[in-house]
Amino acid sequence: MAGKMKRLLALGAVVLTTAALAWAGSEAQPRTGGAPKPVIAKAVKGEQCVEDNDYMRRNHMKVLNHHRDETVLEGIRTKKYSLKECINCHASEKTGSVAAAKDDFCVSCHSYAAVKIDCFDCHSTKPQGPMAMHPLNAETAHYKHKLAAQATSKVSAEEMAGVAQ
Amino acid sequence: MSDMKPRSDSTPASPERRRFVGAATATAAGLAIAPGVMLYEVAHGRAEDQAASSAVRWGMLVDATKCATGCNDCVSACSTENGWTPVAESKHPKQAPQWIRKLELQDPLTQMETNLPMMCQHCAEPPCVDVCPTGASFKRADGIVLVNRHTCIGCRYCMMACPYKARSLVHEPLNDTQKPDVPRGIGCVEACTFCVQKVDRGDGNTACAEACTAAGHNALVFGDMNDPESEISKRLRELPTKQVRADLNLNLGVRYHGI
Ligand code: SF4
Ligand code: SF4
Repeated sequence: MAGKMKRLLALGAVVLTTAALAWAGSEAQPRTGGAPKPVIAKAVKGEQCVEDNDYMRRNHMKVLNHHRDETVLEGIRTKKYSLKECINCHASEKTGSVAAAKDDFCVSCHSYAAVKIDCFDCHSTKPQGPMAMHPLNAETAHYKHKLAAQATSKVSAEEMAGVAQ
Repeated sequence: MSDMKPRSDSTPASPERRRFVGAATATAAGLAIAPGVMLYEVAHGRAEDQAASSAVRWGMLVDATKCATGCNDCVSACSTENGWTPVAESKHPKQAPQWIRKLELQDPLTQMETNLPMMCQHCAEPPCVDVCPTGASFKRADGIVLVNRHTCIGCRYCMMACPYKARSLVHEPLNDTQKPDVPRGIGCVEACTFCVQKVDRGDGNTACAEACTAAGHNALVFGDMNDPESEISKRLRELPTKQVRADLNLNLGVRYHGI
């Protein structure tokens, strides 16, 4: 009896999923409501992150946690995977921060994925000193400014769903 | 006066062992790197990817005879470097975090006045670490006692255990006023870190000692107590110094002269 019920339920689930997929797939259906998609602004400084974007989207928390323990407990302050360096590159040009406005780098995805972080209860969300004064940034700041203003890419809901899983 | 007695060889900071460790480091590091380069390395810091080492023990000498009455330069320098609000400017002065404070003491019999800064003494046997239920309070290999804010639950046992009233709890949200190099926040306990961010950068000095020297008082000397050639070791050899509450046998990283 229980076996039969389970099979029925499974069948129901398959039917529902197919229907949902068909609905989602039809372009005619306008997307109404839903959470605003995250805006991922190009990093102000630098061309490529320390790892691939895909890797970082899934695993940034792991590498950050590992580096954090090394830094706090042993005093190893290498730049790769350091939260401070993330902030140096990704602070928005508008707010100078990674978490001040809802479109800022960290907040944008985290509010979409509904993952609350408390990093910034303690860590500053801003780079040290004015951004243009950053040694790696100083020469190209004016140029990067223009670039950053154009280059904002929206991430699709599917991509985000992949990351959130 | 117990601190004036010669220590046994088993005490971690016995001068004999200090000298031995210092010499051993010099030899080991000298083998690894070209001569000359290595001496510089030992004096001014370590490579970025190298962990803090127990060959070094950071310490401070406070010369209370040079500490000026009414001067607060070390305290302001600490607050500027580490981003805590000066107590006088705080909305709740009684519970405001304070990493270093000036004390004015008077001998009730002779009326003699003594001035000194008081902060975390970076005990070699720290009671704060003993009582911490989460392991958040810890002593780094180079003797700096810190709070790992990622694991601190704000229970404040360590504040009770510290004989020097060195620790504070952050009661209020700090609203992104922190320094990028000095993360700190609500619900965690904190104290003097011997400017660990500066030490790791290779500055080899703390903000308070720099300020005191800049003001011309020279009451604070920071350095490696394991290196017999360091300024602090030389001064400690010459000057009679005391540990506050030496009876507790905590082997402090801060030594006082003139108290
Ligand atoms: S002075 Fe207090 S806070 Fe500092 S190491 Fe000793 S017990 Fe811990
Ligand atoms: S307040 Fe934090 S550091 Fe202090 S004893 Fe509790 S958990 Fe440990």
